[in-house]
Amino acid sequence: MTSLNHSDAELLKLHEEILYIRLVEEAIAEHYKENEMRCPVHLSIGQEATAVGVCQALKVTDKVFSTHRCHAHYLAKGGDLKRMLAEIYGKETGCCGGRGGSMHLTDREQGMIVSIPIVASNIPLAVGSALSSSIDSSSDVSVAFIGDGSVEEGVFHESVNFAQINKLPVLFVCENNMYSVYTPLNSRQPERPLSDLGKAHHIKTLTADGNDVNAVLKVTREAVEHACSGKGPVFLVFETYRWREHCGPNYDNHIGYREEAEFEKWKSRDPLVIIRDRIVEKRLITADEIISLEKKINEEIDIAMQFAKDSPLPSPDSIKEFIYKEKSII
Amino acid sequence: MSRIISCGEAIREGLIEVAKRDNSVIFLAEGVDDPSAVYGTLTGLENHIASNRIIEMPLAENALTGVAIGAAMMGKRPVLSFHRVEFALLAMEQIANNAAKTHYISKGKHSVPLVMRLIVGRGWGQGPEHSQSLEAMFAMMPGLKVIMPTYPADAKGMIIAAVEDDNPIIVIEHRWCHYIQGEVPEGHYMSPLDGPKKLRDGKDITIVASSFMVLEAMQAAEALEEMGFSAEIFDLRVIRPLNIQKIFDSVAITGKLITVDTGFQKFGIGAEIVSEVVSNCFSELKAAPVRIGMPEHPSPSSRGFLPGLYPDAIRIVTESARMLGITSDQLAKAVHSLKDKRGDLSIDVPDPRFKGPF
Repeated sequence: MTSLNHSDAELLKLHEEILYIRLVEEAIAEHYKENEMRCPVHLSIGQEATAVGVCQALKVTDKVFSTHRCHAHYLAKGGDLKRMLAEIYGKETGCCGGRGGSMHLTDREQGMIVSIPIVASNIPLAVGSALSSSIDSSSDVSVAFIGDGSVEEGVFHESVNFAQINKLPVLFVCENNMYSVYTPLNSRQPERPLSDLGKAHHIKTLTADGNDVNAVLKVTREAVEHACSGKGPVFLVFETYRWREHCGPNYDNHIGYREEAEFEKWKSRDPLVIIRDRIVEKRLITADEIISLEKKINEEIDIAMQFAKDSPLPSPDSIKEFIYKEKSII
Repeated sequence: MSRIISCGEAIREGLIEVAKRDNSVIFLAEGVDDPSAVYGTLTGLENHIASNRIIEMPLAENALTGVAIGAAMMGKRPVLSFHRVEFALLAMEQIANNAAKTHYISKGKHSVPLVMRLIVGRGWGQGPEHSQSLEAMFAMMPGLKVIMPTYPADAKGMIIAAVEDDNPIIVIEHRWCHYIQGEVPEGHYMSPLDGPKKLRDGKDITIVASSFMVLEAMQAAEALEEMGFSAEIFDLRVIRPLNIQKIFDSVAITGKLITVDTGFQKFGIGAEIVSEVVSNCFSELKAAPVRIGMPEHPSPSSRGFLPGLYPDAIRIVTESARMLGITSDQLAKAVHSLKDKRGDLSIDVPDPRFKGPF
């Protein structure tokens, strides 16, 4: 095989990561029915390109602060799959030792700092991390992944304002999937582009097609450069779509809050297919190679799933550990 | 050599000492370097540390708290100051979730070495939303530490210990404690955040007080002594984690307990202490324990409402008299004497006799 140029190698990597997240999420949906993953799951299927595109623009030491829908962010930032699945299974070997569940994924060594399930609560944490970097003259950027609901919370505006005053290296990455649970955006906000919110705060604002990983990557690179050169925070808005229910493994187009046709329209713009078509068209991968790539990933998932299932539950004896940093102060 | 300064100045000294030693200490407040500098407690910081460690905050308490938590998770030691406790209510989500639980959820991977200074107002018509002592709201959350310094020397050592502690700490500072004068050592020292401090030995009754109420309890103890009774006085200091053994030991001797809070009497710190004592020392109690605290209504602004509103030495002595079997004549004399000592001092200002050395 001839050696690939940098951008072709990157295309293959972007495709592999989206595929990886898709297959992990589908495996979770499949195994969820066994009732052994006994915690809520908020799957990222349909939204993988934003996570992968943004994280491809980041270095390991850049810091990500995610939300309840954190699986894709965690994996795209390099989070360990075994420890993620073990956490969802509530096991001792999970990334939080079973203390957080699926909404609290963390892998500090990979810069996946925390996931916070209270909407918008992660935003000021990312700003605080950026403040710390700024004081230390570090070149790291901090990222708050948020949804379209987050911008309805006051703390979003408080945080953006503070970040802009202090020109902090932080990205506010809004994945607009147009629903807060079952409530559509147009019932919650006036008709205006979300990007106008960035203008209101006088911060650099960039938008791109959230299902096109290359488009996401391109604007995120621009944003990182802006933030790291002392010019201040950036608000990024990506439109995308959650394929399955807000919380849980199923499809829910039949329950009456959104139309099947809307789902089909978005599905026809599948972020995985978009990048796949691109690499196939460029003859960077063959149909056979895609099949063997899927097989390789599925084998890795099977091993991680088995690891999670085989791991022990945490002992109730350890429930009082880590309330405070020092031991037995009470 | 004795050196008398106010508690507010002592806190300022402590903060400067700790900030000089550790570059990771940063300060955030609304009006952090304005002419008042949080009642003078942050005055002159800029002469000791780099200006990028002193951060002015917009009016955004919720974000401000989250920013401090995020910076703490990344290795800073933020000191956040709010001019009144009530502003922290805007930030309760950050405090209850991200400050209190991040270390726990992450099994120790993250820690939040954060200090939040919340100031309780009193007097000069502060009114119902500028005078609440809400320590109980914070104290109910595992993962937080809650401290209430009273006297200057202890306050300096406690604030240093708080900033150097690796956990999120809520510091409830009573505005009237800021005025207390006392002997304060120079330099850097720590007062361990290890629990109550016995200020006075006694065998007849145990009085556990917090913050400004400690001064009232000490006055009450003097009045009781004049009547031939000795009260053992504790300055509670650390509300959470509540280290209550010393109080059990004291009640084992006295059999009688009064708690005096700056906060609400019901569902308050006193309620928790009484509950613990009843559960653990039931057979040693010789009288039903008594809680003294704020009543079941807001605290209005006008001084016309103030008589009898705040717990004071007279109320403590009156409750003690009932428990100790002091005659009404004796009590009347003691009350008269306490009133006399206060003289015609206005009801809405702190008693200037509250000075050290303590």
